Amino acid sequence: MTLSPPVPNESDVAAPKSSAGGGRQRPTKKRLTKFNRREALAGYLFISPWIVGFLVFTLGAMIYSLVISFNYYNLAKNTMRPAGLDNYAALFDDPKVALSLRNTLFYAVMAVPLEICFALFLALLLNWVGRGAGAFRTLYYLPKMTPAVATASVFFLLLNGNSGAINQGLGLIGIEGPQWLVDPAWVKPSVVLMTLWGVSGSMVIFLAALKNDPRELCEVASLDGAGRVRQFFSITVPMISSAIFFNTIVLTIAAMQVFDQAYLLFWRHQTNASPDSSLFYGVYLFQQAFRQFDFGLASAMAWLLFVIIMFITLIQVKFGNRLVYYEGDR
Amino acid sequence: MSVTQPSSATLPIQAQPAAMAAAGSTGRDRRQTANRRRNRTLTIVTGTVLVAFAALFLYPFGWLISASLKPRGEVFDNALFPKTLQLDNYTKVWDELPLLHWLGNSIVIALLAAGFVAISSSIVAFGFAYFKFPGRTVLFGLVLATMMLPGAVTLVPQYLIWKNIGLLGTNVPLWGMNLFGSAFYIFLQRQFFLGLPRELFEAARVDGASYFGLFRRIALPLSIPSFIIVFLFEFQASWNNLQASLIYLNAGSPNDFTVPLGIAYAMTKYSPTNGGHGDYQYVMVASLLVTIPMLLLFGFGQRYFIEGVATQGRKG
Repeated sequence: MTLSPPVPNESDVAAPKSSAGGGRQRPTKKRLTKFNRREALAGYLFISPWIVGFLVFTLGAMIYSLVISFNYYNLAKNTMRPAGLDNYAALFDDPKVALSLRNTLFYAVMAVPLEICFALFLALLLNWVGRGAGAFRTLYYLPKMTPAVATASVFFLLLNGNSGAINQGLGLIGIEGPQWLVDPAWVKPSVVLMTLWGVSGSMVIFLAALKNDPRELCEVASLDGAGRVRQFFSITVPMISSAIFFNTIVLTIAAMQVFDQAYLLFWRHQTNASPDSSLFYGVYLFQQAFRQFDFGLASAMAWLLFVIIMFITLIQVKFGNRLVYYEGDR
Repeated sequence: MSVTQPSSATLPIQAQPAAMAAAGSTGRDRRQTANRRRNRTLTIVTGTVLVAFAALFLYPFGWLISASLKPRGEVFDNALFPKTLQLDNYTKVWDELPLLHWLGNSIVIALLAAGFVAISSSIVAFGFAYFKFPGRTVLFGLVLATMMLPGAVTLVPQYLIWKNIGLLGTNVPLWGMNLFGSAFYIFLQRQFFLGLPRELFEAARVDGASYFGLFRRIALPLSIPSFIIVFLFEFQASWNNLQASLIYLNAGSPNDFTVPLGIAYAMTKYSPTNGGHGDYQYVMVASLLVTIPMLLLFGFGQRYFIEGVATQGRKG
């Protein structure tokens, strides 16, 4: 993409620069309502790559997806024939859609709070240590740098029910570990475990928020006799509440779309010991789209997911705004 | 942590003065000594916890390295030091799997993806940061809004777009969209540009610089730090992108696979349930070898990664 936009601009802007500059120096009333045309044009040219991408790959694709969801798509012939609401009806008729949605919600409800707590705990720990925490932060971040495939291939073996290291470790303390990747009840905890190992992204966000933690406020509070627990809930939590809020929303959206781990652990090939329990929404959507090539159903599924995610996010925002303390608001 | 807290001010510290604390007789000194001693206990406790978690996070790496050095039968023995050291796993793996192809493909794709998205996002961000034009706020709101859109919605149409252009079977779909900027990176770069003093640009304008000149000679060189953040983030994202590889490359020859697709393929290839013999040591070697570039990237650009992630939190 040799960016042509800005180039023609280069020559014709040079001449009338004095007038443009003059206009900028005196912010009159006229200036506020009327834009400098040359500058505006240049602005549009600069953002034009995004506009093109947005129109084609986002907005265009969304409309296209909506259209496909009301059609049967024949990939071989590249044709569509109207399906009416059939694809949306199939969302309810196909029990696997509901199953995968239930699995995914169950996973999200389990994973997100654990991720938040674990990340917050690690961040508090590192923040508290202060000096010397840098090295540990680096170590804790390494899982985040590990490609999901590598993580999955290791956890695939670590979680092996018979000879995996996790169950051997549990055996040492007298616990008989479950058949992680086979037992339907333990499939989702397995994925949660893998996700928790890579929780350091959220940790870094918390760590950044904790940097703003007002030391003085804590000292004043401790003079007033507030214990550490009290300080934590009355000062620290409100101060980082916007970070908690942000992480919760982002992690929830990610959990609703979980794909990599589930695919790698369970769906690489046909043999799957617990096909019901490990069917996540993202996996089923992918299968419908690119294994069955049922683009109509896949698109309807995608829109359902979109609506659900928007709904969850809206609820979170509504609750969050009541709970989150924004510095400088009052 | 609250256990040692209440008694701090009243401890009879004189009985056993802490070695590191200067012995003092005033109340203030005494309290400091007590504090220090309490802090030392806390330091030991936290230190232990820190190390324990480090061990937890590093154990899978240790396991991976160790398993990559074991013969087939011992991969599962969970011994951290291999009983039989089988170094030739590392030489055989290149014949077993087209690992060199995978690494090469992934490096090319990641470089293109990261380079293009960093440049295009930077250009777009400068447009939003420097120029005033009608609809700027709305359009930038749209940029941010696209971050909320689940990728699933555009998955199928984007596939059809690439199919209709005739680029299926190439790796273009894995980096092509990066030519048009990406929402979070535009946001990040724009934040950086907004922090630059406007006089800098005004002065250059007076000296006759064009608008594009402002971008190329002033904004871009000054924004190298955020440019690097974008580049590193996207390089990592591209390196890890399993789903796009599955969609666009899975039908082709294994030689055209990327790293994530290749490892997934290897996991299946050696799986006993799929007719393999359980030669997971090769999967381990390959997994380790594809992780190393990411660790190197982190080694060189750690502060950029941390800064980038922290920025994600600030936009909320």
